[in-house]
Amino acid sequence: MANLLYRQNVISVSDLTTEQLELLLDTALKLKASPRDDLLAGKLIGSCFFEPSTRTRLSFETAVQRLGGKVIGFSDGANTSAKKGETLADTARIISSYTDAIIQRHPKDGAARITAEFSSVPVINAGDGTNQHPSQTLLDLVTIYETQGRLNQLKIAMCGDLKYGRTVHSLCQALKRWGCEFAFVSPPSLAMPEYITEELDEAGCRHQVFSSLEEAAQWADILYMTRVQRERFDEQEFAKIQGKFNLNAAMLAGAKPNLRVLHPLPRVDEIHPDVDATPYAYYFEQATNGVYARMAMLSLVLNEEV
Amino acid sequence: MEKKQYSVEAIENGTVIDHIPAGKGLAILRQFKLLHYGSAVTVGFNLPSKTQGSKDIIKISGVTLDDAAANRLALFAPEAVVNTIDRFQVVDKRHLTMPDEIRAVFRCPNSNCASLSEPVQSRFYVKKQHGQTRLKCHYCEKTFSRDSVTEA
Ligand SMILES: [Zn+2]
Repeated sequence: MANLLYRQNVISVSDLTTEQLELLLDTALKLKASPRDDLLAGKLIGSCFFEPSTRTRLSFETAVQRLGGKVIGFSDGANTSAKKGETLADTARIISSYTDAIIQRHPKDGAARITAEFSSVPVINAGDGTNQHPSQTLLDLVTIYETQGRLNQLKIAMCGDLKYGRTVHSLCQALKRWGCEFAFVSPPSLAMPEYITEELDEAGCRHQVFSSLEEAAQWADILYMTRVQRERFDEQEFAKIQGKFNLNAAMLAGAKPNLRVLHPLPRVDEIHPDVDATPYAYYFEQATNGVYARMAMLSLVLNEEV
Repeated sequence: MEKKQYSVEAIENGTVIDHIPAGKGLAILRQFKLLHYGSAVTVGFNLPSKTQGSKDIIKISGVTLDDAAANRLALFAPEAVVNTIDRFQVVDKRHLTMPDEIRAVFRCPNSNCASLSEPVQSRFYVKKQHGQTRLKCHYCEKTFSRDSVTEA
């Protein structure tokens, strides 16, 4: 029987059924436990980065090559025909005639869905504007599952810039399917948007706001840190909040033993290096899981059976 | 015999959009480009209405609205009634239902939405949230209030 993702696009976490997400997760962990270098043998993948994102691109391209596939593409839209005014629709028609799948990063919201409409091969979204970045969400899910042994009814605390942080939005949208409970810690001006909390309400997921990071660290199974960017504040405002959303090892004193701290990386000072040596730190493994999450996407989309 | 006085001219053939909430007639005229048909359009604003107090009404000669067009109207004026007129008689009376999806009518208000610069039709999903009509763009997945979409 063909798998639920065979010849499908991976555009948005909200398109994926829970079964598809679970299949992706299982496959990622399976590939981590026993690597395969044949799943993309003979396949050519288009890696189309209309804006630079070195980390994401290298992670995807590593996934392709580790699975035995080959990559063509570009790492910056500046020198492509898009710059001369070619539509994405036309680019998609052409690149899909060369390749077996397209990985696309694009500065515009919704770009991946448009490419998918005109492409004859599956499209994997590697980030479209401020919209979606499903491989990031998948690697977060893989990591949470790996550290907790389950996804259902976990206590998830999120800290930092919850307003603009695309990763935390998508993660909420994914985890609400498993009845998780949420706690948010952020400067008031960077609180979780209402449309996300409404979605959590609709799904019956409880959520609350904590005023301190210590409180969140004691409550949570997962503490998901993101960066509060200085540029979003004037100097005076920033002085008021500075350090309040930065985690150090002392703050983890009362944490549950199963607590794991995650961060989409790169970090600046929101996680003090003294956290690295604690048993709670898991952000580097999380980044490693990115390759397995992307291997799972690619191999399921291109193989009837994995 | 007493001659009945109409405040808006009767039409022989075409469409009468009746029971538009007072004040929304002009927006509907504009949003649905009803003047672009090139047909005679007569309008009445703030007419007395038994059920609504006052209402707007739009009559378009020689044009019939299909179901999709009628349903798009529901977004603005779910109370409106679309009458098809043939030889001065109402031959079809449609009460409106809110569509699940609206295509090719509005531009996405998100200036970074890829749909704005590509050869695709705009596409929104209609959702009711806290009694408000919201539209979610199929492409950029952003959700907007009805008014911010129609003004874009
Ligand atoms: Zn849009």
